[in-house]
Amino acid sequence: MNFDYLIDHRDEVLRLTWEHIQLCALAIALALVFAIPLGVLITAYPRLRVSTLVILGAIYTIPSLAFLAFLIPPVGLGRQPAVIVLAAYAQLALVRNFQAGLSGVDPNALEASYGVGMTAWQSLTRVRLPLALPVLIAGMRIAIVSTISLATVTAWINAGGLGSLLFDGIAFNRPSMILAGTVAISALALGVDLLLRLVERMTPASRALHQART
Amino acid sequence: MNKLDGQHNPPVNAIEYDRVSKTYPNGSRSAVSDLSLTVERGKFVVLLGPSGCGKTTLLKMTNRLIEPNSGTIRVDGIDIMSVPAPELRRRIGYVIQQTGLFPHMRVEDNIAVVPKLLGWDKRRTSARIDELLHLVGLPPDAYRRRYPAQLSGGEQQRVGLARALAVNPDTMLMDEPFGALDAITRSKLQLELRRIHQELGQTIVFVTHDIDEAVRLADDIVIMRGGRIVQAGDPLEIVTDPVDEFVSDLVGASDALRRLSLIEARTIATPVHAGELPPLEMRPETIDVRAALGVMLGRGLERIALTGEDGDVTGILELDAVRTVARTHPIEATV
Amino acid sequence: MDLIRGAIDYIQENQERFLDALTVHVRLSVYALLLGILIFVPLGILASRWSGGPALVGIVSAARVVPSISVLFLLYPYRREIGQIAPFWDRNFTLALIALTLLAGPPLIINTDAALRGVAPSVLENAEGLGMTGSQVFTRVQFPLALPVITAGVRTAAVEVIASATFAAFIGVGTLGRFITSGLTLYDFSLLLVGAIPVTLLALGAEVSLAGLERLVAHPA
Repeated sequence: MNFDYLIDHRDEVLRLTWEHIQLCALAIALALVFAIPLGVLITAYPRLRVSTLVILGAIYTIPSLAFLAFLIPPVGLGRQPAVIVLAAYAQLALVRNFQAGLSGVDPNALEASYGVGMTAWQSLTRVRLPLALPVLIAGMRIAIVSTISLATVTAWINAGGLGSLLFDGIAFNRPSMILAGTVAISALALGVDLLLRLVERMTPASRALHQART
Repeated sequence: MNKLDGQHNPPVNAIEYDRVSKTYPNGSRSAVSDLSLTVERGKFVVLLGPSGCGKTTLLKMTNRLIEPNSGTIRVDGIDIMSVPAPELRRRIGYVIQQTGLFPHMRVEDNIAVVPKLLGWDKRRTSARIDELLHLVGLPPDAYRRRYPAQLSGGEQQRVGLARALAVNPDTMLMDEPFGALDAITRSKLQLELRRIHQELGQTIVFVTHDIDEAVRLADDIVIMRGGRIVQAGDPLEIVTDPVDEFVSDLVGASDALRRLSLIEARTIATPVHAGELPPLEMRPETIDVRAALGVMLGRGLERIALTGEDGDVTGILELDAVRTVARTHPIEATV
Repeated sequence: MDLIRGAIDYIQENQERFLDALTVHVRLSVYALLLGILIFVPLGILASRWSGGPALVGIVSAARVVPSISVLFLLYPYRREIGQIAPFWDRNFTLALIALTLLAGPPLIINTDAALRGVAPSVLENAEGLGMTGSQVFTRVQFPLALPVITAGVRTAAVEVIASATFAAFIGVGTLGRFITSGLTLYDFSLLLVGAIPVTLLALGAEVSLAGLERLVAHPA
């Protein structure tokens, strides 16, 4: 096993990396369409919290290959079922963190925001969201990073991305391809993780905490 | 009390509660029931009572954080329900126990919240921040750029006070603002608040369950129980003449010492007889009887001398006189 | 519905084949999980008491970004060597077992470490104050208190292992995943479900039963 493929075919690896990013971006975009309202909903109605998270947890438990198999009959092959599966898996991390972030805001700060005369919208945009932001971003980070890893299997149904290097490597018996795919996916995931950790730290709420500690 | 040229004079009463009731949906009994109260302009009114007596509910109804089921509340003569809630609240200073400072904003931004909501320009806001920090005893250079988490509890509460004072509101609502502070910091801030009130003369409604705090701060104390007013009056009146056992338990009227702390020693002193040698232990005549008693008991003295501003002995405080006053109503004994 | 009927028909007609795949899948998963617990829970215990523990846990957490399927596929070129470890088994089975055991590692190490570190120091101090020895404090106080969180790690690992066992079909191990892969190859939708439904039920079953166990070992607060 060696890095030959990664070095000799870096253009191909880069092309597949870009494809991988697109696939994940689509999945996360679709995931947010559902996760944001769901997170807000179970923050507003805490009674729905447990049942919602149980359902999302059950979805998360479905093995990915089985999940794809379920989608092949109605949706077929390619990017579409892959995006659906990845978006479904991302729900748990997103919704759980959105809820935790939004309801974790100090109730005193919220009361004070109304007390000083903020409207509901001002209280949301100037106090609740900024204070929840680090947790919201953490949820996005966890979801995005795991999506990048999960988007490997989806190459099996021709969704493209770096996973194709793994399947081709097995099919053509080229270990170097498997290694190239693994390294690229891991590097991409770790890079995005690092980047989003930095973003998380730059939020006003984190800066305030960080300064207080030093 | 109104001047004759009353055209621009605001109404005498800063806040009027008129048969106000509030029942919570899940509560078996009402939090506030059929309560009427008038708070005069410039008065420091303390709402006192055990938890669940409705004092916080009453306070929060004043700026519509809680809305009454029935009755009318007028602030500066205007029915609060006729003004949009945010607009009403911007005109009323509000301070709560756990400061409610916004943790993601620096001290200066916390104080600037209401000026910003009201659209003040930057320079005016900035000058006001400095002015307020001076007022609450925090040097602006050292404190403006800090975050709340970098402040002690007492400092946070000072910032909370500054924020509430930002647009110089005529009325301030304070919900147990010093409840979470240690005793020393608390009494320090009580003194400062008293000073600020004397300086600025706003109307303050202040909620507490601490009788000492109430006595130290209030022009008028309003004692509540079960959503109703049990007794209202000036602190001396309340502690010396509780209307019932509930109030006397609450204010600890059986504790004579507390009563004595409200009386200046000179009011119960006996005159110095000509040729008589005054006691060696001297105290200013303005000392309160409780403190004077402390001196006597501490040194085993039967009597101490009281001195006027110029240092002359003006009277003698006898232990017997203190005993008498402690046993009877001091007002009767002194008036 | 026709698809499901088709799947049931297939199972009835190929009972032996189905049971065989089910057995391989369960056996592979159980072995990997047990082996994982045997190796990684002690490693987590070490991590929780060793100064380099947080660094180790950090590395293990970072390693989670490696796709599960990669672990299987990366070992595949070494199937000959791996096969010699356990000559009595099919070499691909041994290979899959090693891969799945590795995949069980991160949740077991991370949860064991966090669980043990999560026990309040005051509780441990109290136990010492009562005259317990170091090992008594661990076996009678710290470990029992940590058990629910460790069990949660076992649950995560179990679900991961069951799911990844389907991937073993890609390298020729006859788990339930084989029906899914050949279902796609033959474009037989019923065959897809013959693999997908039982595997999903296995994963959910493991999740639910281990969550139950977690509650059982939890001390009422």
